[in-house]
Amino acid sequence: MKVSLFVTCLADVFYPGVGKDTVEVLERLGCEVDFPEKQTCCGQPAFNSGYHIDTIKVAKHMITTFEHADYVVTPSGSCAAMLKEYPELLKEERDWEKRAEQLANKTFEFTQFLVHVLKIEKVDAELNANATYHTSCHMTRLLRETEAPLKLLNGVKGLNLEELPNREACCGFGGTFAVKMSSISEQMVNEKVMHIEDTKAEVLIGADCGCLMNIGGRLERSGKQVKVMHIAQVLNSQESLTKG
Amino acid sequence: MPMKIGDPSFDTRVEKGLKDTFMRQAVTSAQERLKLAKGKAEEELGNWEEWRSLSEEIRAHTLENIDYYLHQLSENVSKNGGHVFFAQTAEDANAYIKEVAQKKNAKKVIKSKSMVTEEISMNEALESVGCEVIESDLGEYILQIDDHDPPSHIVAPALHKNKEQIRDTFIEKKGYTKSSNPQELTLFARELLRKEFLEADIGVTGCNFAVAESGSISLVTNEGNARLATTLPKTQITVMGMERVVPTWEELDILVSMLCRSAVGQKLTSYVTGLTGAREEGDVDGPEEFHLVIVDNGRSKILGTEFQAALHCIRCAACINVCPVYRHVGGHSYGSIYPGPIGAVLTPLLEGYDDHKELPYASTLCAACTDACPVKIPLHEMLVKHRRNIAEEKRTTLSETFAMKGFGLVASSPALFNMSTRTAPFMLSPFTKDGSIKNGPGPMKGWTDIRDFPESKKERFRDWYKHRESKKGGGSK
Ligand code: SF4
Repeated sequence: MKVSLFVTCLADVFYPGVGKDTVEVLERLGCEVDFPEKQTCCGQPAFNSGYHIDTIKVAKHMITTFEHADYVVTPSGSCAAMLKEYPELLKEERDWEKRAEQLANKTFEFTQFLVHVLKIEKVDAELNANATYHTSCHMTRLLRETEAPLKLLNGVKGLNLEELPNREACCGFGGTFAVKMSSISEQMVNEKVMHIEDTKAEVLIGADCGCLMNIGGRLERSGKQVKVMHIAQVLNSQESLTKG
Repeated sequence: MPMKIGDPSFDTRVEKGLKDTFMRQAVTSAQERLKLAKGKAEEELGNWEEWRSLSEEIRAHTLENIDYYLHQLSENVSKNGGHVFFAQTAEDANAYIKEVAQKKNAKKVIKSKSMVTEEISMNEALESVGCEVIESDLGEYILQIDDHDPPSHIVAPALHKNKEQIRDTFIEKKGYTKSSNPQELTLFARELLRKEFLEADIGVTGCNFAVAESGSISLVTNEGNARLATTLPKTQITVMGMERVVPTWEELDILVSMLCRSAVGQKLTSYVTGLTGAREEGDVDGPEEFHLVIVDNGRSKILGTEFQAALHCIRCAACINVCPVYRHVGGHSYGSIYPGPIGAVLTPLLEGYDDHKELPYASTLCAACTDACPVKIPLHEMLVKHRRNIAEEKRTTLSETFAMKGFGLVASSPALFNMSTRTAPFMLSPFTKDGSIKNGPGPMKGWTDIRDFPESKKERFRDWYKHRESKKGGGSK
């Protein structure tokens, strides 16, 4: 199966490891992965800030970049949801709207793709750790994907998953919100950190780099020892966790 | 009480909210309790998603045909001997209500809970013609005697107060001598209020829904105060927002059930009252005169726009009860009597962006509100639409506009994108230490004030990929 990876700008620049792990897991499962080099960003920062004319430019570029793809897979619930927003964004331009729909229909978040398209619920991975999973807002409420990541995580050898209390609560990221309303964001991420600590987990897993950057940044700043991992890293993990 | 409340600056209000630990504790525990109760009520009803869709359909149909149903409602109210007044503005509504009060030579007005009368500042209008206005909803009463503290929630207006604070207010203002036990507090208020009910010349109520087919109004309460307010005084004035109409009793049945379950997690509240017209011959109680004031006050200009669904709101506060921003900043931070997600959507629609342009940004767009709404209003999407309007009207800061335009340019050009992501590590290197940034420059400050920012990697994913492909002898597209 041919898969085109949309790595997302965050993973490209800040978390390249997430991209590598995504590629390696997909290849191990028999996919042929291609990385269209012209890809940039899904446009969410501009879209959520209300700059829709500027987002349209980005959307058109992304639609063109992925036009040849059979499937577009991305290790981010949030960016997958944004790509699925393109048809609505382009509804005034018939042709583009159609092309946007084609892109939306073939776009899948990484775990969604594994479970719903490849029909795989167990990948060969091992991580000996106590962990908890952050169900991000965009995965659960925009993409409506709650099961795929948990199914996959339950199949990881050695991994013990504790449920995160108040797991449906937002971590306080919200893109520019984290900067614009940082004092509110701080309280939200503090609450998330508190709940993570309640689980006694050594590892926090998530499927959105944005949330992980927020929660991870706060954990680091407050000197907490919890390690943050993207789900692709967990699914590509082959060894027991070496702490430190 | 005008729609606008508190300090004029959003930041000051938020700062105050964040520091108010009592309020935040009260809000957090109320949110937890209400969320749990709503979840149980949804489960108990079964097929919640289908009920939501049906409710959405009812509201959408009604608003699409609002002229028809309002006409039918007003015909039927008149047929039942009531008076109907369509008020285009708050001033029109208040002028009419004052006129009724003056004609009746009213000295005292007793009120049951109503958000729309807060919106139009009816109390102040009545007071200006010498009428004393008494709130009979316990929450509203507490706020009223506490020097008109504004409501912070649309269902539980005094949600921001704990029982000790309420006791102190009762002690200070009304000579209360007992404990902070809620039962004792309620009993005390009840006795004071009973006297007021008996003395009132006019009863004013809000209206949860008006039934067009019969010209009736319905009121949903847990305290029964609306019943007294509509049976003891000789004159009754009901004030409703123009969108609060349902076609028939059948739809009323569904929406009342959704309202009670979503608001307080009850199948039904203790009292659900349906009232049709004034007292008729042979009736043992009820007012002699009935007035229905239907308030527009900016609503009709929302009709036909992409915000029309905001008028579907049944004021259950479910969106407020799940909102993580509301949880930390409290209702007063919104600067409007309509707080939380619905407030952030509705307030700028009713009052414009001038005073409320921060509200649409007071959200992470986490969509918890949209998911909670029993009539499926896409609240978080509407917040983005507001942001779009604000940006297009050039009300954002220049630096933001500049940054976003720049972003659009870079993210739609692979060459620029490639260049800027490649140079980012070098640009940020003076700020980077041990793999992270702790003191970011310019706009990054908001981020790094409270958390670390990851370093931007010299080998980006795309570099790794390209390298790997070239080693394989292939090439990337
Ligand atoms: S917007 Fe929806 S959830 Fe919020 S108060 Fe209105 S009906 Fe309730």
